[in-house]
Amino acid sequence: MADDKSNAAAYWSANVRLITGCLIVWALVSYGCAILLRPLLAGIPVGGTDLGFWFAQQGSILTFIGIIFFYAWKMNRLDKKFDLGE
Amino acid sequence: MSQFAINLLFVGASFALYIGIAIWARAGSTKDFYVAGGGVHPITNGMATAADWMSAASFISMAGLLASGGYANSTFLMGWTGGYVILAMLLAPYLRKFGKFTVPDFIGDRFYSNTARLVAVICLIVASITYVIGQMTGAGVAFSRFLEVSNTWGIWIAAFIVFLYAVFGGMKGITYTQVAQYIVLIIAYTIPAVFISLELTGNPIPGLGLFSTHTESGVPLLAKLDDVINALGFRDYTADVDNKLNMVLFTMSLMVGTAGLPHVIIRFFTVPKVADARWSAGWALVFIALLYLTAPAVGSMARLNLMTTVYPDMAGQVENYDEAATSPILYEDRPEWVRTWEETGLITYTDKNNDGRIQVYNDSNEAFADTAEQRGWEGSELDVNNDILVLANPEIANLPSWVIGLIAAGGIAAALSTAAGLLLAISSAVSHDLIKTMINPRITEKGEMLAARISMAGAILLATYLGLNPPGFAAQTVALAFGIAGASLFPVLMMGIFSKRMNNVGAVAGMLSGLVATLLYIFTYLGWFFIPGTNTLANTPDNWILGISPLSFGAVGAMINFAVAFSVSSVTKAPPQEIQDLVESVRYPKGAGMAVDH
Repeated sequence: MADDKSNAAAYWSANVRLITGCLIVWALVSYGCAILLRPLLAGIPVGGTDLGFWFAQQGSILTFIGIIFFYAWKMNRLDKKFDLGE
Repeated sequence: MSQFAINLLFVGASFALYIGIAIWARAGSTKDFYVAGGGVHPITNGMATAADWMSAASFISMAGLLASGGYANSTFLMGWTGGYVILAMLLAPYLRKFGKFTVPDFIGDRFYSNTARLVAVICLIVASITYVIGQMTGAGVAFSRFLEVSNTWGIWIAAFIVFLYAVFGGMKGITYTQVAQYIVLIIAYTIPAVFISLELTGNPIPGLGLFSTHTESGVPLLAKLDDVINALGFRDYTADVDNKLNMVLFTMSLMVGTAGLPHVIIRFFTVPKVADARWSAGWALVFIALLYLTAPAVGSMARLNLMTTVYPDMAGQVENYDEAATSPILYEDRPEWVRTWEETGLITYTDKNNDGRIQVYNDSNEAFADTAEQRGWEGSELDVNNDILVLANPEIANLPSWVIGLIAAGGIAAALSTAAGLLLAISSAVSHDLIKTMINPRITEKGEMLAARISMAGAILLATYLGLNPPGFAAQTVALAFGIAGASLFPVLMMGIFSKRMNNVGAVAGMLSGLVATLLYIFTYLGWFFIPGTNTLANTPDNWILGISPLSFGAVGAMINFAVAFSVSSVTKAPPQEIQDLVESVRYPKGAGMAVDH
């Protein structure tokens, strides 16, 4: 029982770490590159405009998809590793 | 065949398909009705979620918003997609593991409080009804334009169709109907965009065309667009915004609102496993992105097309934009699509300087007033409603009339699928959370389904009535729906999973303070209970606290919710052991069964 408990706690903290990492990327592409950091990226040209504009209209959406699939894939491995899957 | 007959054929055929599916997948049990029997494949569910999510606002309005606002309105693109990241990691898998039918179910059980359940039901109903009104109005407009009936008839036809398949089909019918609706709407959106992109840039993929070279002028499309609208006194399409705080908060409000809207959350209760809920969120976003990556291209290309239609000299390589701007087309020479849309009143022309030509420019730009005067312009003469861009796209690009029929079917599919999903969320909150859990626990399964159908019919009537007599705040209501969901439901759902210490008092206090703060801020600027003229302060950026617009306040409301919930909870009693065990159990996928009744 004690083992089960520490195993479950390890699984949960691994999950929270993973979520934190994913959320940092999520915030970085949307609030960061697309909005707040846009002036810094103004020098990088992309098809008639700059990289910040691309992130705002396409880059962030593509990254979001990447994050969700990465998380789902990683969590499936964690489920197996800690034997807590269905 | 006349355009009217073609529209009728396309809309009629798509309806026959939806109703056929609804009958084929008729719900036999409450489980079928609420969660489609719990056996929906993640990709199927992702597609249905996408249709559920993409409403008339996404299909019809968003490209127009992007066309007029350019970079500044990228918030809609990021906000309405970024919410899925939060949903996939912070809510969906755990709520699926919890395994009940509805959002108030989780809140009521997790916070061991019927008060919390009731507050959740109220938030859910208010958020969903306000959202349905917009869909009914949208469907009504689409019907009246394409079926050439009055707006009132358009709304009644929409109400009847929604009633048929939502009431008889339940979740099972809705899931498969929404898959069909997704396919119809994505095809309808993409085909005209591909042709327009080919015409302007030679690139068949609109999302790539946006960043390609404009064939006729040889400069990048976006640079060309900036040059053209700049010569007419408009801000650059790609111009940065000054009020970044507001932009960040607005994006965040849309994101947490997306994650907190109950009709999207309940879609994740329909998949067989916890892992499927995670994949399903990813697939939903893929299907949504197919439209959202095309939308900015549609918006910018439509704007360029419109401007070069009015100012033909600006279309090719231009040496001097000032000179090119002096020869707009004669009103007599306007293209056919301008004539057809003039009939609907959504494009209007007034020859202010009596020169028989059409001048379009930014007449509210004071810095540009001198230039306009030199050119002999006395005000912008063509008023184009943003919402027609997507619907008029096939006509602008001279596409065959069947594409117009397809667009009609697509727009209606977008509005109806969202309305149906919202109605389902409302009916399950009433019949399941209110009647079965709180009023009469001994109700039979048959009685519960009857109550669900009656409440759905009631919600349709209410929404239709409000859609017929719109209080005149379509855009605000949608923002209110997001504000309410984001400021009330999202934070407690998240704390219910991630904090074992969060107790009943904290959750109720958090929900109420988030909700009330958001409503107060919105009412102050938009009128108390949206009654026009009752607003305390004028709705202008100067009056906004720290420059935060009422539409962006949902994010602040959510922060207030979190802060109040944590402070109240820390000075009151910790939740009992069995609740802490419940939180523990939703965190691990092991042992998840199908979504179950009590």
